[in-house]
Amino acid sequence: MDVTRLIIVAVGGQGNLLSSRVLGEAALLAGIPVRMSEIHGMAQRGGVVESAIVFGDAESSIISDGCADVLVGFEPSETLRAVNKCSKDTVVITNMTPLPPFTVAIGRGVYPDLDQLQTLVKQKTARLIAFDAAALAKEAGNVLSVNMVLLGALIQTGILPLTAEQIKEAIRTKTKKAFVETNIKAVDLGIAAAAQS
Amino acid sequence: MHKLLTNQPGEKMLLLGNEAIARGAFEAGVAVASTYPGTPSSEISLNLFQMSHESDFYFEYSTNEKVSLEVAAAAANSGVRSFCMMKHVGMNVAADAFMTLAYLGVKGGMVILSADDPFMFSSQNEQDNRYYGKFAGLPLVEPSSVAEAKEMVKYAFELSEKLQEPVIFRTTTRINHSNGIVELGPITPPQTQGYFKKDPMNLVPVPAVARNLHVKLLKNLKLAEEIAAQSEYNFIDGDGELGIICNGVSYGYAKDALKELKLENKAKILRIGFSNPLPASLIKDFLKGCTKVLIIEEGEPFMEEAVKSFAFEEKLGLTIKGKDETLFSRLYEFDPVMVTKNIASFLDVAYTPPEVPDLSDVPEIPQRPPNLCAGCSHRATFYIVKQAAKGMDTIYPTDIGCYTLGFLPPLSMGDFLVCMGASAGASCGFSAATDQKVIAFIGDSTFFHSGIAGLVNAVFNNHNLTLVILDNGTTAMTGHQPNPGVEMEKLGLEGYNRISIKAVVEALGVPKITVIKPFKVRKSIKAVKEALDFKGVSVIISEEICTLYAKGLKTLKVRPFHITDKCKNHKNCINELACPAFILENDRVRIDPDLCVGCAVCAQICPENAILPLKNHE
Ligand code: SF4
Repeated sequence: MDVTRLIIVAVGGQGNLLSSRVLGEAALLAGIPVRMSEIHGMAQRGGVVESAIVFGDAESSIISDGCADVLVGFEPSETLRAVNKCSKDTVVITNMTPLPPFTVAIGRGVYPDLDQLQTLVKQKTARLIAFDAAALAKEAGNVLSVNMVLLGALIQTGILPLTAEQIKEAIRTKTKKAFVETNIKAVDLGIAAAAQS
Repeated sequence: MHKLLTNQPGEKMLLLGNEAIARGAFEAGVAVASTYPGTPSSEISLNLFQMSHESDFYFEYSTNEKVSLEVAAAAANSGVRSFCMMKHVGMNVAADAFMTLAYLGVKGGMVILSADDPFMFSSQNEQDNRYYGKFAGLPLVEPSSVAEAKEMVKYAFELSEKLQEPVIFRTTTRINHSNGIVELGPITPPQTQGYFKKDPMNLVPVPAVARNLHVKLLKNLKLAEEIAAQSEYNFIDGDGELGIICNGVSYGYAKDALKELKLENKAKILRIGFSNPLPASLIKDFLKGCTKVLIIEEGEPFMEEAVKSFAFEEKLGLTIKGKDETLFSRLYEFDPVMVTKNIASFLDVAYTPPEVPDLSDVPEIPQRPPNLCAGCSHRATFYIVKQAAKGMDTIYPTDIGCYTLGFLPPLSMGDFLVCMGASAGASCGFSAATDQKVIAFIGDSTFFHSGIAGLVNAVFNNHNLTLVILDNGTTAMTGHQPNPGVEMEKLGLEGYNRISIKAVVEALGVPKITVIKPFKVRKSIKAVKEALDFKGVSVIISEEICTLYAKGLKTLKVRPFHITDKCKNHKNCINELACPAFILENDRVRIDPDLCVGCAVCAQICPENAILPLKNHE
């Protein structure tokens, strides 16, 4: 089976690990080999959280620079920071709601211009799907469901060997009951957003 | 029920490496498990802790790794299976007990897990603990995948019982923090009742006894080598004249590389999973069938040095390479492309590495280092001490915990860090060697771990220093584990005692003890000033619960603040506290009401009193 490599980057607290978990569980349900690796040492303290997910027949659980088939960024500057994982064939999906790091607030660095950021990512990759996932998460009924909105967009691209139904099944069976409804709504909004872009 | 207690052999689960290891120990019928938490090992113990509440085995958070190893060693010498887990540097703490335990051996199986951290994702060094196996003369096993990790834990227990020695189980972060699909196996009910049989001529290593025990150890080591040569965990994949020897995660990278390079019929891999003692006979036979051999191992050239000496013993002239300026480094971790590239170059086959985008036109992206949480009491304490010490020529030795992050600007409170507990000991040296004002920071858990001994030393030798104990009621950094100062009732757990830090400090005879509540900024600055002016040993205990922990316990009363139009834009708040709840918008400071918890520290330092509680926040 072909190998598909996915990188997800986020800021601690954005629910990145839950979205990787849902993908992993969906792969398990679908009988697709999957390996994931995550670095979350100080994630709760506002650092960057990166997950690598490898679907298909491979042994490695990490992804080298230039090797991601798809990159999902939960925050625009983190998406740009992770572009080294991409190649000209990579599809990039990003939330456009900025969460400037505190280094910006104390004058140690300038947050990148969002238009320039999109142009740069577009130039270096095959396709960029960029939208305001936070607004859609709010529309779904939970500001914290940005992760699910982006999962929806990811599935819509058809790059992963998984269907929307398999993702929803994983959400229904493996996430907190109280959030299932909003999470599924968020996935649907993500699917629609990616279809339009 | 905890998911890792599921009694459904054959069921497949997606597990984190650390969950798989915990499950492996449970399937093996572990009776006593002990730990001091440390990343990347922490989720193993966290799961075992939770599982122990619904199961028969005993689990404890010990004061430090040495104690934890001693607990497990005694349990295993009472005939039950014991499991002791720690991060790689924890082995240094435990090493005193560990080195001699190798002489004593065990009766019930004992597995010691060392979680190494190549690249230092969350550690102060990247030492390669395979050398502990060699150092102590104990068997060491190391898995290449999550699924294998679970099986290998069970194997390690059996091996330990066969050899009557503890077995080291070495992981790296990429095993601990990877997820994979694992098939549950049958659960062996633990034999929890042990009995200790007196045997002083084997268990009390005075010199005359120890001399015999060392003979026994070497004999065992030989036996271990024979077992290693037959072990299912040392195996050969593929066929061909080109050879690769690898361990751990490198095995997966090498396999993927051979597939990509279409070398599967030209090269074979010797995967070493039982790596101390190395199986000499197996490796020698492997070398004889190869024209050249590449050794792929993260960290030190542990296998490489041995393999080269095996080749020398056999008078084999083949090329053997591993660590080399053009091939692998001793630094950091490997990745699939790096391994593929090095295999291709060593074996002279063509390979075009994936094209990495040209990033020269990407503007510098602001760093996002981890930061103390919004409302973290450490930030308040650092600010208070900094104000109180104004004008003093200070040295701030610090220690290991969330508060280590205080070394970052703008707080910049952390000048010297070595290892757990060292702030107290190092302060004594600074006091002896300089006239500077020594103000050290240590967390509650770290104080119990190994800070107390340093403080005893300070009092005994009458040093001039201030030790600030940051008591936030939990072991925050590694995920809020209990420590001897924690109120276990808050976690709904009975049967524990709580040790008061203040009582300990008093009992040591510290002449000046000050307790502050760091969210009361002005009052605390005054009290800290007095403590700093004291000549001799002074201790400041800063008491305030970890905000994140309080959130988890649902005891945190969130009451966000906002910046009113009295603000004159001095930016003292943001520049001196760097709380992540502050946002700079059009050069004006704003507080993110979703992040602010209402510690009110910024409100107390604002010269305009412009920061006030946000009413009507739901
Ligand atoms: S987890 Fe607790 S101690 Fe650590 S930074 Fe957050 S509030 Fe502070």
